[in-house]
Amino acid sequence: MPATFTRTPAEIDRKDTGIGGKPPVDRRPTGGGGGDDNWDNHPQGRRGPRELLTRYRLGLFFALAGDLMFFIALVSTFFVRQNAGHFDPRDNYVSDWHPFSIPPILWINTAVLLLSSLSMEVARQHLFHEVDVMEEWLGLGRPAVRRAAPWLVGTVVLGLMFLAGQWIAWQQLSSQGLFFATNQNSHFFYLITATHALHLFLGILALMIALGALFLLRRVEMRQIVVDCTAWYWHTMGIFWVFLFVLLTCFQ
Amino acid sequence: MSQDVQTEAAQRRLLFTTDHRILGVWYLLLSLAAVAVGTVLSVFMRIHIIAPDLKLPFWGVVPPEGYLALVTMHGTLMVFFVLTTAPVNGFASLVLPAQIGAKRMALPLLNAISLWSTVVSFLVLLAAFFVRGGAPISGWTNYPPLSAIAAAGPGQATGMDLWLVSIGIFCFAAVLGAVNLLTTIISKRCAGMTLMRMPLTVWAWLVTAALIVFAFSILFAAVVMLLSDRHLATSFFVPPGEVINGVISRAHADGSPMLWLHLFWFFGHPEVYIAILPAMGLTSSLLANFTRRPVLGYKFMVATTLAIGFFGLLVWGHHMFVSGMNPYAGTAFALTTMAIAVPSSAKVLGWLAMLLRGRDSRVHPLPTPMLFTLGFLSFFIAGGLTGPILAQPVLDAYLHNTYFVVAHFHLVMAMAGMFSLFAAVYYWFPLMTGRLMNERLGKWHFWLSLIGAYGTFFPMHFAGLAGQPRHYAQLTGSTSTLASLLPLQKGITHAALFLATAQLVFLFNLVWSARRGRIAGMNPWQATTMEWAPNDTECRVACGPYEYFDGNLSCFAPQCATETEQE
Repeated sequence: MPATFTRTPAEIDRKDTGIGGKPPVDRRPTGGGGGDDNWDNHPQGRRGPRELLTRYRLGLFFALAGDLMFFIALVSTFFVRQNAGHFDPRDNYVSDWHPFSIPPILWINTAVLLLSSLSMEVARQHLFHEVDVMEEWLGLGRPAVRRAAPWLVGTVVLGLMFLAGQWIAWQQLSSQGLFFATNQNSHFFYLITATHALHLFLGILALMIALGALFLLRRVEMRQIVVDCTAWYWHTMGIFWVFLFVLLTCFQ
Repeated sequence: MSQDVQTEAAQRRLLFTTDHRILGVWYLLLSLAAVAVGTVLSVFMRIHIIAPDLKLPFWGVVPPEGYLALVTMHGTLMVFFVLTTAPVNGFASLVLPAQIGAKRMALPLLNAISLWSTVVSFLVLLAAFFVRGGAPISGWTNYPPLSAIAAAGPGQATGMDLWLVSIGIFCFAAVLGAVNLLTTIISKRCAGMTLMRMPLTVWAWLVTAALIVFAFSILFAAVVMLLSDRHLATSFFVPPGEVINGVISRAHADGSPMLWLHLFWFFGHPEVYIAILPAMGLTSSLLANFTRRPVLGYKFMVATTLAIGFFGLLVWGHHMFVSGMNPYAGTAFALTTMAIAVPSSAKVLGWLAMLLRGRDSRVHPLPTPMLFTLGFLSFFIAGGLTGPILAQPVLDAYLHNTYFVVAHFHLVMAMAGMFSLFAAVYYWFPLMTGRLMNERLGKWHFWLSLIGAYGTFFPMHFAGLAGQPRHYAQLTGSTSTLASLLPLQKGITHAALFLATAQLVFLFNLVWSARRGRIAGMNPWQATTMEWAPNDTECRVACGPYEYFDGNLSCFAPQCATETEQE
């Protein structure tokens, strides 16, 4: 089963792979005219080597769209509560919105998370590096896996550092007497950071699974899918964090 | 392999399968269980309202708060586990892959997880009846502060928690199911199945699934925050100085119940379209099938489906006209609400035109699925006409929380939705069992249900106009202003009992036909869409979904032409 995941230019297509059979490329040379480059006109399961990858990515993106709505709901609640003071009988405006400055360690955490996204992306790119993928497909060793694995481990370490950093931030806040139930702002701070941390925890689980899958799965295609989907999930959580961080830092 | 091991293996295959057809049947059985419980609850309600002192079986004399628990659980079961589960996940699992020429769903495991999470959610909800204090009593909308404070009533402690947990799980399951549907529709269409060749049911499921991803994620966030208000001493939704049972609650700060209303109805209104859009798609399909004419204005039907989905996200505020929302916002929501009536009535006019055009070519006599589709149309019009009335903030100020609203949504959503579900069951029953349902029993079921449903819900308009509020456990007692409505309510109760009894015909038909029904054969309705095509052929679609010619029964072009026929 041919399976590489890059749409290679036509001149590479015509090269002899040296092992006979169909070359593992997207487009077969058609000899001009009569070719059908639109995968949608092909039957199911024969729409090119990226068909499965596209499908899983699509599913992931829809799920993340739902997740985005979840965080949008939290953030809109944040803004509504910010403006929800009331007037007391003497016409004084009473608001229980007490902004506090976030623990500075969050800046470091943010940097760590961005770095982890970077290393995740490097790992992902390695799995799609064309020469390596060809080698893996031909059964000449696993250069892509070998190159990607350290970066995945790096991502896990950075992710755990981020979670540890969040834990320290909560410790610092509680030592200042700011607990979940203290006031409006602490509700939001803890709720937002905790739900995000939960997502990242799931992300770390996914990373572990991807790391195992990298060595266990036999098909190049499936290895690419697992790492690719984990990577997009991880990036999305990084982007969410940047927005939530800006919200907590600048908009309290 | 011995017999026992074999049956055990077969059972395991039924339980742990990811096959979409079996999952679809499971979803439908779950909905059947939910609709049975929900109907029994509604019968208890109807009896209680005219005879508050009567001892009910398994229940005893229902106290006023018991009546509210019935209202809450009836609404929750019907809206979530019947009108969401059955038309979207149930029938989509059953026929959607076949309709787009796919062998299986894009993410079958997700579909299975979604099903079993829905089952867990259902059991958690039912568990609320058996805990201390019983089921929650604040209605299926569960407005805070009463839903946020355990002291607010007998069911508001553990019962309310179970409700929230159940709905949280349901949201999770619904979003997973919707992700699977969206991915399937986009990536699993067979060769030649372009977007504009998809059956209108598939279009409806596409829009519905997108709405589910939006709406249920928001509800999930709301549920999380309400749970946190209840147990983590936050106050997102609870205002300060709340007086409950004579005690001033000082635990909460400046929360806003309006916030819950916004979040809840941002889910709640799209939910209405989640329930009704698949019904609309099915109606277009069945009208074409049984009048033997193509759908009138296919593109137009697609466009109105998309428009309804889009506007459906913008109208939630019309549930909140009298809840203390800024009146200017009310005006805006009134406008969007009347705007959504435009694509809806455009669809209705399209269907009526199809009926008019197909009056000579239609199938004689009308089969049961077609009758139920006409029933859907009738209820959708009858209930829909009161929609623009309730959309006026001024009129709504009077009609809000009266039986008029009850009549409106039971006709336009509940009865229209149920009749469309019945149409779907009668139509697609051969795909589940290989047999047709009994026509004679089906027709009895239809006419009895039609009479029962109008008899039950139409008079509620008059009760509402006379000012009878919803959620009142009884009409007699210390206040006597509503006692004059008792005869009307008695009539409604009798009609409701009649309606509920008529469903026994359906249940009997279901069981009997599954065993003894007429063998359906390959394509019993002479339909064009691909769920009726033979399973094992590779399809290449070359034409639109509703190619019927000359109004002739045998003259139609199935969407699935095999490769060899093409050449």
